[in-house]
Order: sequence, then structure tokens, then C-alpha cells
Amino acid sequence: MSESALRLDNITMQFGGVTAVDSFSMNVDKGEIVALIGPNGAGKTTAFNCITGVYTPTNGAVYLFDKKIVANHPKGKALKTYGGTSRDFEKDIIVQSPDKITKLGIARTFQNIRLFKNETVFDNVLVAKHMRAHQNVVTAMLRLNFREEERMRRETADLLHMQDLYQYKDEIADSLPYGLQRRLEIARALATDPKVLLLDEPAAGMNPNETAELSEFIRKIKDEYNLSILLIEHHMDFVNQIADRIYVLDFGKKIAEGTPDEINDNPAVIEAYLGVDDNA
Amino acid sequence: MDKKKQIIISIVLIIALFAGLWITERLVGTNSMLIVVLKKAVIYALLVASINLLQGFSGLFSLGEAGFMLLGAYTYAIFTIPEAVKGNVYQYYNGGLIHVNLPVWLALILGGLVAAFFAFLIGFVVLKLKSDYLAIATLGFAEILRAVFQWDALGGITNGSNILRSFPGFKSVLYPFVVVGLCMTAMMLLINSSYGRAYKAIRDDEIAAEAMGINLFKTKLQAFVISSFFAGIGGGLLAMYQLTVKASTFTSGLSDELLLIAVIGGIGSMTGSVIASFLYVAANEWWLRFLDQPAFIGTFQVPLLRSGFRKVVFSVIIMVIVLFYQQGLMGTREFSIVGIYEKLTGLKKKKKVKASGGGTEK
Ligand SMILES: Nc1ncnc2c1ncn2[C@@H]1O[C@H](COP(=O)(O)OP(=O)(O)O)[C@@H](O)[C@H]1O
Ligand SMILES: [Mg+2]
Repeated sequence: MSESALRLDNITMQFGGVTAVDSFSMNVDKGEIVALIGPNGAGKTTAFNCITGVYTPTNGAVYLFDKKIVANHPKGKALKTYGGTSRDFEKDIIVQSPDKITKLGIARTFQNIRLFKNETVFDNVLVAKHMRAHQNVVTAMLRLNFREEERMRRETADLLHMQDLYQYKDEIADSLPYGLQRRLEIARALATDPKVLLLDEPAAGMNPNETAELSEFIRKIKDEYNLSILLIEHHMDFVNQIADRIYVLDFGKKIAEGTPDEINDNPAVIEAYLGVDDNA
Repeated sequence: MDKKKQIIISIVLIIALFAGLWITERLVGTNSMLIVVLKKAVIYALLVASINLLQGFSGLFSLGEAGFMLLGAYTYAIFTIPEAVKGNVYQYYNGGLIHVNLPVWLALILGGLVAAFFAFLIGFVVLKLKSDYLAIATLGFAEILRAVFQWDALGGITNGSNILRSFPGFKSVLYPFVVVGLCMTAMMLLINSSYGRAYKAIRDDEIAAEAMGINLFKTKLQAFVISSFFAGIGGGLLAMYQLTVKASTFTSGLSDELLLIAVIGGIGSMTGSVIASFLYVAANEWWLRFLDQPAFIGTFQVPLLRSGFRKVVFSVIIMVIVLFYQQGLMGTREFSIVGIYEKLTGLKKKKKVKASGGGTEK
């Protein structure tokens, strides 16, 4: 049997009257690349934000390697106005801030690239090493943590070499071309030593050549770092190339799941999404 | 240039600075304008740098610098007034309640710790909320503190609305320079450490910083506590400089003044803070003084020169600086002697490399 790396159980996320994600369940097995697709506003990014602790879901749970890391159910007013389809309520409440989720081993990139714009490529990656360093503010100030500092810098340099970014290490992040910024953001996520990687529209704004390169890159890092990957994407070509399985969201609800072939032939998907237009 | 050489140059420069100060003090006298201005300026440099640590490197906005200075100044004064004169100072409060005397350096550190402790309490409550609340909370804190310290019921400790005095001041200009030098070094080391990188990450993008595993609350609280510690030490030094302490002088106007200097120097540049502090204090206290004095050329009175004119000119200068240097004098750059040395000797070096045909490591 395959091992589940990331599982969403009946996740609902409601903003006032808007149910952005509605009773959504999904699973990513260890070593899989799974895509989450759907039209704009379908709730894909919101699902990411529920996993990573940016939002606390209104109902449902998230499991990382079968350990419950996020859980919530509606109470009081939220229960009265609850708009989710499924009224199967999660029992526990587990709320964690995004930094805790990162520490547990889920890293992400953002739909609109969020680099530390005015810092160098090297420092952008180096920052990710801070959370696991054994030091405190006094040892750091007195430079008694020099071994840790050395280790952080060495690991950062190694990572940049592996990702072919070392030559840009002294460039300011903002000055890099768009494609490299995307890759730097992925490298920075890798620097947190994740088990699961979430990519929010990594191919946005890329041409077919760059997209092909990107899919190769993602496969490569998946193997090198032993990752399980969940990615959001609009380009169907890209998704078909790279995904083992696909989930389709529409208005917050899951309307289909399956292999790329199954999804491409699914009438509901074609109506909701594929038929409309490719660049949605 | 290798590390060793850098360190040697830095040490030589520091020794030269202190030797220069020592000689100057001998030549012009401890009470000369130059020395007085240097003392005040170096204390301001520390205070402004502590604001910059918070605002420029962590992106947190506090308006309560004066409150933390007050805590540092009072702590220092209360614990260093000699027993012999306590009866005199606390004449309305039976010689005061606190009869512990500490060495100067320990009282300064204690002042920093008291300020840091209150910063911790405020930060613990406020920093879970949006960052903007910190500005409001610290402003309120400073105002309340000013009132509380003048409260009669606490007179046994604070001397109520009367001044505290008769505590030790600076014997030499070197003292504040040494203390501030140590504090600034600590701050620079912090900024260039792993923690400094975490502060900057939060300043640049909170959401991305969190996604990198940086705990916003803890890290912000830490920056705020450390900044307030140095504000407390600065307050203690200011007490030593003024030789009296009075709660009513620690106004929000003082906080604003220091914030303004930080802006002039460049938010995000520590050396900018230092340079701006010296220029600001020297201009305000010294160079522009003549504008306040009526002057006569023969029997002709020079127009405009009268009490208060200095403030007008000074405000205009500051407006011009803020308008034309929107990033402050230094932006986010740091001034470094070593850097200048490298620039000056850069040409020579390049030639050498060519001549030897070797690839020297950069
Ligand atoms: N913080 C928020 N407050 C209110 N509505 C939100 C918030 N975040 C997302 N939404 C809404 O949720 C829906 C899904 O958005 P999103 O998850 O960004 O879609 P996408 O699938 O394009 O990534 C949209 O209607 C959006 O307006
Ligand atoms: Mg989105």
C-alpha cells in the first residue's frame, strides 16, 4: 500500500457568506506529483492557505504523513451561518501558525512571487536556515554560533549549486529575470528541508519552452529531495506533462479527480473548465 | 582584503579615535562646547540606533522611545545617588525608600533591563495584533509613565515631581564613547547575524518570512525588547550627561526628535544614524546658536537674528534634507572606513593582480 504524505479531510473555508472551499477532501501519496486545477476563484490558493496555516479552515482537518496537523469545526455563530455542503464536523481543534507548519515539513511558493526583494539571492535562501539553527540571540551576537553559521552558509551554497543558481548568489533578488525568480523561490522553499512541497502556479507567465524546462526541474527536485508535490496550475499542457493525478475544483467544490487522461475526457471538467478557454 | 587586515585597521582606527578624544579633551577642556556636544551626540547616536534597529531592521514602529529612556534614566539615578546626599535629594520623602547603591556600570545595565522588561510586557500583549498597535501602545505607555513617575504616592522612589540629582556624571568624554561603542558593536553584530536576517525578512515580507519558518511574534518581541534595552541604557547615559532627571522632560516630542534623526540618517543604516546624530546635535546646540543672538555690525543690527530664529532655520534645513534625500543621508547603505580604504587602494590592487597574472580570490 502506498503511504499518504498529505491528506485533506473535508476542508471547508468560509469568508463571511462566501464558501471559498467546500467540503474538499484530497490525498497526495509519498513521491507523487498531484495537480490542483480549476478556474480562477475556484478556491485553489485558499486550499493552500488552509494547509499552511495562513487561514484556519472553518471545518475539516489536514494530515501530514497521517498525523493531524490542522483541525477545526464551526462553533456558535460560525455554526449557524455554516455554508458547507457536508455537515460532517471534525472533532478536534488544532490551530498552528505558518512557521510551525513549515517546521513540520510543508514548504510553499506563492502565486505572486514573494521573495525578499532587496536581499541577495544568497541571503534569500540563507534565511530559510534560521529556523532549524541551534543558537540563541546571545551566542549569535557574540559569534559563538560560528559553527552553525558556517553550516547554514555551506548548506545554502550547496543548494544554490544544485539548483544552478550559485552564479547569481550576489545578485539582488528583484533584479533577476522572472523565470529565475520563480526558481529562486522554489530553491528557498527547498532550503526549509520540506517533505511536502506546495507550488502555487509555478508556470504562470512562462512560454512553452520554459514550461517544459520547469516540469523537468520539478521532477528532478522531487527525486533529489524525496518530495511529494502538490501544485496549482492553469496550463493544461503542463499539468498533463507532469501530474500523476489531478483534482479539479469549481466554486470551491471538487468536481473530478483522476489521471490526466481521465480528467481530459471528463465531461463535467470540460464544461466547467477545459471548454471555456485555456488561459483562464 | 582579508579579515585580519580589516580587524587590524578597525582596531587602529578605534584607538586613534579614543586617543584623539582624550587629547582634545585635555586641550579644549571638559566643559568646552565641543566636548559637551560630542557627549550629547554620542548618546543620541545610541538612542537613534536603537530606534533604527526596530524600525529600519524589523519594520516595527514604536513611538515610545522616551518612555524606555525614562525608565533607564530613573533606574540609573535612583541606584547611584550616594547615601550621604539622599536625605537632601528626597527631602520631601524622608530620604527615599531605596537604599541600595550600585556601581555606575551596573546601574546603567539595570536601567536597560528594566526598560527591556516593560518592553516585554507591552510586546507580549500587543505584538500578537497587527504591528500598527505597537505605535499606539508605546505612545500611551510613555505618556502614562511620565504621569506615574510624577505621582506623589511613588515619591519615596521617584521623588514625585521633584528632580533627581547628585548622582555621578561623566568624568571624561571617553566614558559615553566607550559605552555607546560597545552597545553599537553589539547591535551591528546582531544585525549581521542569523537573527538580523530574520528581522529583515519580517520587515520585507511578513507572509514570506512566516513561510520560511520564522515565528513573527517571537522574533518581533525579541527585536522590540533588545531595542528597548538599548533605549534604557541611552536614558541612563542621558541622565549622566544632564546630571539631573525629571520625568516631565521625557515627552513624546523627544521620541519624535529621535525618530526624525533616524529618518535623516536613513532608516536601515546604522552608520547613517550615527552621522545624523552628530550633525543634528552639533547644528542644533552649537553651529546655529549664533542665529539666536542679536548681532551688530557697527551700530547696524543684523535683521532676523534674535531668539527663536535658530529653530526656523533648523526646520528649513531639515525639510530640505527630507525633501531631497528621501531615503535619508545614507539610505540603507553603511559607511565603512575599510570600504573607503579599499576604494582608494583598489586601483593599485588591480594593477598588482595584472602584473602577477595571478587570480586573487575575491
Ligand atoms: N481573505 C479572503 N477574504 C475573503 N474572500 C477571500 C479571501 N481569500 C480568498 N477569498 C475568496 O475565495 C475565493 C477563492 O479564491 P482563491 O482561492 O484565491 O482562488 P484561486 O482558485 O484562483 O486560487 C475567491 O472568491 C476569493 O475572492
Ligand atoms: Mg490562486
